[in-house]
Order: sequence, then C-alpha cells, then structure tokens
Amino acid sequence: MQFGVFTVGDVTPDPTTGRTPTEAERIKAMVAIALKAEEVGLDVFATGEHHNPPFVPSSPTTMLGYIAARTERLILSTATTLITTNDPVKIAEDYAMLQHLADGRVDLIMGRGNTGPVYPWFGKDIRDGIDLAIENYALLHKLWREDVVDWQGKHRTPLQSFTSTPRPLDDVPPFVWHGSIRSPQIAEQAAYYGDGFFANHIFWPKEHFQRLITFYRERYEHYGHGAAHQAIVGLGGQVFMRRNSQDAVREFRPYFDNAPVYGHGPSLEEFTSQTPLTVGSPQEVVDKTLTFREHFGDYQRQLFLMDHAGLPLKTVLEQLDFLGEIVPTLRREFAVGRPADVPDAPTHASLLKADVR
Amino acid sequence: MTAGPMTTLAVVHAGLGSPSSTQLLATRLAEATRQEVARRGGPDLEVRSVHLRDVARDVADNLVTGFPSARLREVVESVVGADALIAVTPTFNASYSGLFKSFVDVLEPESLAGKPVLIGATGGTERHSLVLDHALRPLFAYMRSIVVPTGVYAASSDWGAEGLPGRIDRAAGELTDLLVGRSPARPASAPASLSVSVDGFVPFDQLLAGR
Repeated sequence: MQFGVFTVGDVTPDPTTGRTPTEAERIKAMVAIALKAEEVGLDVFATGEHHNPPFVPSSPTTMLGYIAARTERLILSTATTLITTNDPVKIAEDYAMLQHLADGRVDLIMGRGNTGPVYPWFGKDIRDGIDLAIENYALLHKLWREDVVDWQGKHRTPLQSFTSTPRPLDDVPPFVWHGSIRSPQIAEQAAYYGDGFFANHIFWPKEHFQRLITFYRERYEHYGHGAAHQAIVGLGGQVFMRRNSQDAVREFRPYFDNAPVYGHGPSLEEFTSQTPLTVGSPQEVVDKTLTFREHFGDYQRQLFLMDHAGLPLKTVLEQLDFLGEIVPTLRREFAVGRPADVPDAPTHASLLKADVR
Repeated sequence: MTAGPMTTLAVVHAGLGSPSSTQLLATRLAEATRQEVARRGGPDLEVRSVHLRDVARDVADNLVTGFPSARLREVVESVVGADALIAVTPTFNASYSGLFKSFVDVLEPESLAGKPVLIGATGGTERHSLVLDHALRPLFAYMRSIVVPTGVYAASSDWGAEGLPGRIDRAAGELTDLLVGRSPARPASAPASLSVSVDGFVPFDQLLAGR
C-alpha cells in the first residue's frame, strides 16, 4: 500500500495572520513538502495542475523534474493532469522525459478540470469535457505504446508517421490513474484500460465515492483485467493532527472556517461527521483512515491533502511529521486480513517485470 | 378502491413568518387538492409538507459544499419522489424569495422533469401577482415540469376578499386532472346564451345622470 500527499497548489492568505505567500514562496513550499514526504517515509507526492490564479502549479513536469533530482525513492505523480486541455502529444513527451530523469518514479492521475474558462483559453469547450478525455487519452495511450503513430480525431490535428520522443523508459509507459468526482464515464474509462481509479475523497460524503468505486470495480472485472477486488483504487483524504484532539480542532478551525471550497458553510464538527476530514489526535486519524477499507475494499494508494487553506509551511511540515509517525501503523493494519491476490499499486519496476514475463 | 401504491403530493413553501400567509396558502392548496382527488374517487393522497425555513441553513450549506446534509437529502428525496408538487413562495423584491430559489438550485436539473406542479405566491399587494407568470412559471418550465394553467397569488387583501377560494379550487382541480385524469363528473360550463335579457334596462340618460 502506498501513502503520500497531494497538493492543489493554492495561494491562500493565512486567515490567522492575513498574510498571503508570494508565488515563489508557495512554489518552494510545495517542493519542501515533497522533500519532507520522502524524509518521513511517504511513498508519493502528487501535484495539481492549474492555469488560473490563485493556483501556481501550471507546469507540473518542471516541478516534478526538480523534485526528482532531489529525492531517491519518492514516486512523483499528478493530481490531476488535465487530459482535456493539454495536447496529449505534449503529455506523452513531457512525462516520458520525466520518467527517464526520475528513473521510472513517475505516474499520473488524469482529470478533466472543472473550471469553465480554462477550456477556451486552450481552444477547447468544457461541454466536450468527457469526449476530450476519451479521445485525448486514447491517443496518449497509443503514443506511449506504438513507435510510429497514424492518428486522426476530432479535437487535434491529425498525425502521420509521428513518433513521440523520448520513448517511455524501458518501453514501459507510466502507470495511469483516472480521477473523477462525479462521472461514471471516467470510472468506465479506467476500467476499460485496466488503469487505476482515484477518488479524491475529500469535501464530500464517502457514499458518493463509494458508488463510483463500486462501479469501477465491477467494470474492471467485466473487462477481464482481474476480479473486482483486484482493481487498482486510490483515495484521497484530509487530516489535521496535534497530540491532543482539542488542540488540533482549535488550531485548524480558522483555516477550516475560511477555506476555499467549503469555508463559510457548515461547521467543522458537521463537516467532519459528513466527509472524510479528520481533525484530531494521530490515533483518531489512524482509526478513521482504517475505516476507508471497510467502505471501499482493499485499496492501493492513500493520498492526504495537507497544505491548503493558507496553512503555513511550518505547520504543514509538522503535519508531515505526524503522518510519518502514523504511516507505519497504517501499513501494518491495512496488511492485516488483506487477501494475497490483491495487488499493490503498479510501479515502473512491477510493470517492467510483468512486461518481461 | 383497493389499496394501490400511495399517491404522494409534496407541498413546499418558503414562508418565513409565524404564522405565515405562504404556509396558509400552501395548506389551502394541498387541502383543496386532497378533497378534489377524493371527490373523484382517486387514490389516497399522502401529503408531504416541507417548510423550507426548517432547512434554510442546510440549503445554504449545500450551495457552499455541493452536497446536502442528511436532513436536506431526505427533504429533496421526498420532493423529487412525489407524484405532484405544490410550490409556494412569498414575493420578495419582485420575485420568488432567495430561499425558495436556493432550494430549487440544489435540485438536480432533471429531477422535476414531467412532474405536475401547482405554483402559488403571496405578497403584500396585488401589484406583484405577475410574479407567478414572470418568475415561477419560467423557472418550472426550465425544470421541464408540467405547470397547471392556474397559479394562485394571494395578496394580504385577498384573505378578506372574494375570489381566492375559487382560484384555489380551480388550481386544485387542474392539478387533480394531472394526478388522476380528467373528471367526467365535472360539469362543463353552460354554453353562453346568444339572447340578451333586456329586463332591468336602464336608460342611458340615467346612467349618464350627474356626469
């Protein structure tokens, strides 16, 4: 089982001080968080991709390439890569390049992006979102698997005798997850290819994500990639920890109350009872996280959102220390009773081995 | 009539006061519908009343978070699952109230499609009565509901005037048409007579007298 962090990369004022970090500070903070993730024994760092303020990470492979150079083990991922508005040819090239630089420590979570104006900025239309995701990924899948590609589609110029370079490391394409918060078509897409499915599992009640994941598992089996319980599932989560539960609640409340997305709505208490958010002691986070398996089945990847809503870097790094402290317990407990035929999340090494066989 | 599946009528109102004339109108419309369905030998009507004030914060939270609380989910399910809907709002600043619209805004776009809807509104003066046809009717047309021809508007003065009960009954009859089918028992109005009685003729100079 893999554990890690995912970041949106929002530049948000700290509501307790009113101070807004500069873009440079936020970008460097994201890097510091990634390095800390490796230091405390996490497996994955995933960055969002956005092309509008108040977000900074518009160029994920630039950031991940830099992090790759400064880490040894950490898997570098995205949350998410915009499969709709990016040219699939450029995704194929950028991430193959990153794969070589990072010695294979790369995978991707594909997402559509839900900000309407971003689409026309890149010459697209949000109403074509699903169709773009389907067509663009079909091309990307082909570019990483066929040396010479002839292709024609609706959303980009045709390709004749095109070879995407560099070729994927060892001719093994990066593993791909598909992320969605509401579209069964994307769960179906993930199942069709035998790819992973990632549910961000934050901000909304778990029941919503259960429906999508159950559907993905059923369709994964339908397409013959394995039994439903062997499908590759990733989940998000959101936590804030202090030694004492009350301290965690007191410190996190102003960030919660003013947070983008859910702030100025329900109370912290209501939100923690309704959504996967856990604010409390490390033990409370362990207990809550272990329930995810009961709701979604044995799964492969758990990512936590740790650095949004204006939390200062120092606090986020302390949170990562707590994560490092509880992850060994989570690994041990998640392994208990896990059927032997439930696979781990695919990595470059495991895919290479499967390929050779 | 043997017990078939229960027919359900959701009654949603956005009245805020207590007592509330909006609630009163909603109750009158529901009761008139219940009686008309019974009169025509229709199925038993289960009336589900929703007072939006009770879930006002839940509605606001849903707008912010994108998902309903357990309590609001129950309310939404009872409304979208009903066989027909009576929707009544106070008139605030020349339109439906914000709470009323916010409730409609948290419904899924398709969820009221094809549903028979009776619209009602209340207001301080008769001058706002077109809120029914300029605000409520287009809203439910967008939701692709089937809105009955008669909407019922009640100004403060209507509660002491003739006419309101007749409009309530006519609207309830139209909603019942959609719930249980047209009633052959309801007499068509008598054909207008072509002959005009001249009894009680008043000479024009008397009509004009004194002007």
